[in-house]
Amino acid sequence: MNKVEQSMKTVDHMPLFEVFIRSRRGLDHKHVGSLHANSSEQALEYARDCYTRRSEGGSIWVVRSSDIVASQEEDASSFHDPMDDKPYRHAAHYVLPDAISNM
Amino acid sequence: MTETVNNQALFRYVLALGDDALILGQRLSEWCSAGPFLEEDLALANVALDYLGRARMFFEYAARVEGGGRTEDDLAFGRTVREYHNHLLYELPRGDFAFTMARQLVVDLYNVEYLSALSNSRDETLAAIAARCLKESQYHLRRSREWVVRLGDGTDESHSRVQKAFDELWGYTHELFKPDKNEQALTEIGVAVDCCEIREKWNRQFDAILAEATLERPDDGWAIDGGRKGIHTEAFCSLLAELQYMQRAYPGLEW
Repeated sequence: MNKVEQSMKTVDHMPLFEVFIRSRRGLDHKHVGSLHANSSEQALEYARDCYTRRSEGGSIWVVRSSDIVASQEEDASSFHDPMDDKPYRHAAHYVLPDAISNM
Repeated sequence: MTETVNNQALFRYVLALGDDALILGQRLSEWCSAGPFLEEDLALANVALDYLGRARMFFEYAARVEGGGRTEDDLAFGRTVREYHNHLLYELPRGDFAFTMARQLVVDLYNVEYLSALSNSRDETLAAIAARCLKESQYHLRRSREWVVRLGDGTDESHSRVQKAFDELWGYTHELFKPDKNEQALTEIGVAVDCCEIREKWNRQFDAILAEATLERPDDGWAIDGGRKGIHTEAFCSLLAELQYMQRAYPGLEW
């Protein structure tokens, strides 16, 4: 077994975590990537080491990838398509007052 | 600082602290690209970098105290074996991952106590450096503590490896708590840390972590020192050869 295979075998036993980082107070946590770890505590530490060494973040979330429930490709027709012909649901025709600059 | 502080004594003290950081940082950096898996590889390399950064701060200050025109690079790369005064524990070969983590636990526990004390030093520069490094060491301790518990309370193999690691390095830990005359003189005037004083606290925390990891505290008995006098182990020479190679081959080379 070469080194890469060995290393992949090591992480086979470790769950995958998704990492979310909030760069500044007031902003949202953004997904930045994923990593392997043995526990959520360790995942938090690795997230710090892998993703925030250049002060990218003030707050970190980690969550087991397996705990994320995601919509699937085959859901698209029932989930998303019905919205296509309902332009009135968008605020596209709304004229912003001059005083509002950050939208 | 008052002029009662002997510059030569302060220089030696700061230089030894820099040597501790440089040599451990060099040892840890050997794991770069050889870590057990990618995440740990990055995390361990970060710790190594923290130590190299620490070494720079101490050497830069040592060079200033010496006032003889030597730079931090001269101090890091330009000395011979006997002129390095790091504790022997730091130069021991990196061993397996269990050994590296066992050593880190010993060192991290020690540094958290040592740097807390040093941050109250009468020497303002040392106090400021210590305050900065303390935060790093607190994080390092979180890691090494978790790893030692994980390995100790893990499989039969991980347990026996980390127990063996502590048995092997135990004789080298006593030196950490044995001040030399130079240090003692600086402690008396409130500059250096009294490392005897932190031993009890270190012991208590160490024993608690060992118990959690289902490991046995090694027997006292064999103890060795010499690092602070410049007397090193055999493994130190090859470490230094690799560390100094570039500056020896191309003196004054800059990136």
